[in-house]
Amino acid sequence: MSANLSAILYLVSGVLFILALRGLSSPETSRQGNLFGIIGMVIAVTVTFLSVGNFSSGFVYVLIFLAIGGSIGAFIAYRIPMTAMPELVAGFHSLVGLAAVFVAISAFINPAAFNLGTPGNIKLASLIEMAIGAAVGAITFSGSVIAFLKLQGIMSGAPITFKGQHLLNALLLILIVILTIYLCSTQSSNLFWILIAISFLIGFLIIIPIGGADMPVVISMLNSYSGWAAAGIGFTLENTALIITGALVGSSGAILSYIMCKGMNRSFFNVILGGFGATDQTSGSQNKEQRPVKSGNADDAAFLMKNASSVIIVPGYGMAVAQAQHALREMVDTLKKNDIKVSYAIHPVAGRMPGHMNVLLAEANVPYDEVFELEEINNDFANADVAFVIGANDVTNPVAKTDPQSPIYGMPVLDVEKCKSVLFVKRSLSPGYAGIDNDLFYKENTLMLFADAKKMTEDITKNL
Amino acid sequence: MEIDPFIFRLSIFILSIFVGYYVVWSVTPSLHTPLMSVTNAISSVIIVGAIIAALSGSDGVVFSSSSIYGFLAIILAAVNIFGGFLVTQRMLAMYKKKKKDK
Repeated sequence: MSANLSAILYLVSGVLFILALRGLSSPETSRQGNLFGIIGMVIAVTVTFLSVGNFSSGFVYVLIFLAIGGSIGAFIAYRIPMTAMPELVAGFHSLVGLAAVFVAISAFINPAAFNLGTPGNIKLASLIEMAIGAAVGAITFSGSVIAFLKLQGIMSGAPITFKGQHLLNALLLILIVILTIYLCSTQSSNLFWILIAISFLIGFLIIIPIGGADMPVVISMLNSYSGWAAAGIGFTLENTALIITGALVGSSGAILSYIMCKGMNRSFFNVILGGFGATDQTSGSQNKEQRPVKSGNADDAAFLMKNASSVIIVPGYGMAVAQAQHALREMVDTLKKNDIKVSYAIHPVAGRMPGHMNVLLAEANVPYDEVFELEEINNDFANADVAFVIGANDVTNPVAKTDPQSPIYGMPVLDVEKCKSVLFVKRSLSPGYAGIDNDLFYKENTLMLFADAKKMTEDITKNL
Repeated sequence: MEIDPFIFRLSIFILSIFVGYYVVWSVTPSLHTPLMSVTNAISSVIIVGAIIAALSGSDGVVFSSSSIYGFLAIILAAVNIFGGFLVTQRMLAMYKKKKKDK
């Protein structure tokens, strides 16, 4: 296949990838968008086969390895529970990162295959691109592995911090730049290996200080990195499909990180530097005077809801942990039978990744036009009879609006307290991720329901 | 003086960042999780590089030091491509509108 024709086809597949993302602007067009993405991928892979034009025994092995990886991927995709989506995405990011590292290594060992020169005499620009691709890929890999372990609960979600952490990271980053410069002048393979090793270390070090509830930002950020790594390799291979995709994914991840940070009213650097929540324990213990709380049981909750005409449900990460989304849908079905209007309010950072709650509700067959974002629904709380908070905490804390001393001051929160009554499902009065007490617990119109989210929801349904 | 082809690729790259910026802002927040899984799948187009690397061996030698990395990268990228697209498909199939008959 001529180089020009394949370049054009790569461009076509890049455009199809753009359309794949474009389709996600609405659920109706999204499935078609996904199909465009698949077609784009098939075109890119086919063109590569045809342009390499080497259908020797190696080709058979390529197909075998493709089939092995493909079946593993398909198996995971069908088996993974929707609640585990954040872990899955983190795991997938790590694979993209590692693949980028492997391709860069291969290009470094055998540059002739990629038309980049000969070993020890690689074109300067290609060498820089390779080094960037490998370094970003390695950071993505080890960072995503840590994020995966934290989300999976294998590693504690608590931030791990030590003295001089930021200084160490900064020094390592400078070291990478120096190594890249030396690599360009010496073409030494040892330097290339050291560069990759240090990048792995950086990825590890930058993610350990970040706490569990900041994972939405981390996952988005790693999403972005995996894109930049792909783009770096795209420059090395002079492949437009990779360059376009890398740029798309890179900016997509960056935008998501921005949205997540805004949802917490924290700067990106504040999140990345980490340690949030761990330092606030002292201030939390000062005002630990016992305040009265009203607690109730499923019967009380059912009574309140039965007499309501509109109910707003506020789900959070706790709903995912308790796997309560199906029980919740059943409860809502019963409410609807009694002609009670029900809608769902989703905070941008609810859950462990962007859009986490929406997927879980969709899984439980909740129609997406009953689910609303913060800005869309926040004014409705004042007119609603009951707010049912299930597994959310900090995102409902009115302190964010009233107390400038609070670490979450200024964060956009759901105006749950404006409802006539608030039902708060929670296992205990323990503070949320930000390490602060939620004023909502002690409000006159709040009824605490101390129980497991799933069990409580089921019990309420029985009592309705 | 001739323009280095690198500049053309850089232009594509920069313009794609802008395309990505506008396209992603138009994605509805409720689809942010599928957005992540699909971007994951498409960034695995890096498999293109993996295939070139895997087939780089000279005649008769399938597994050379450089092609092994290519084969490994093929497995990783394939997991991602199939896993990413299928899981996105699975998620998107769940997004349903309210039934009309109610």
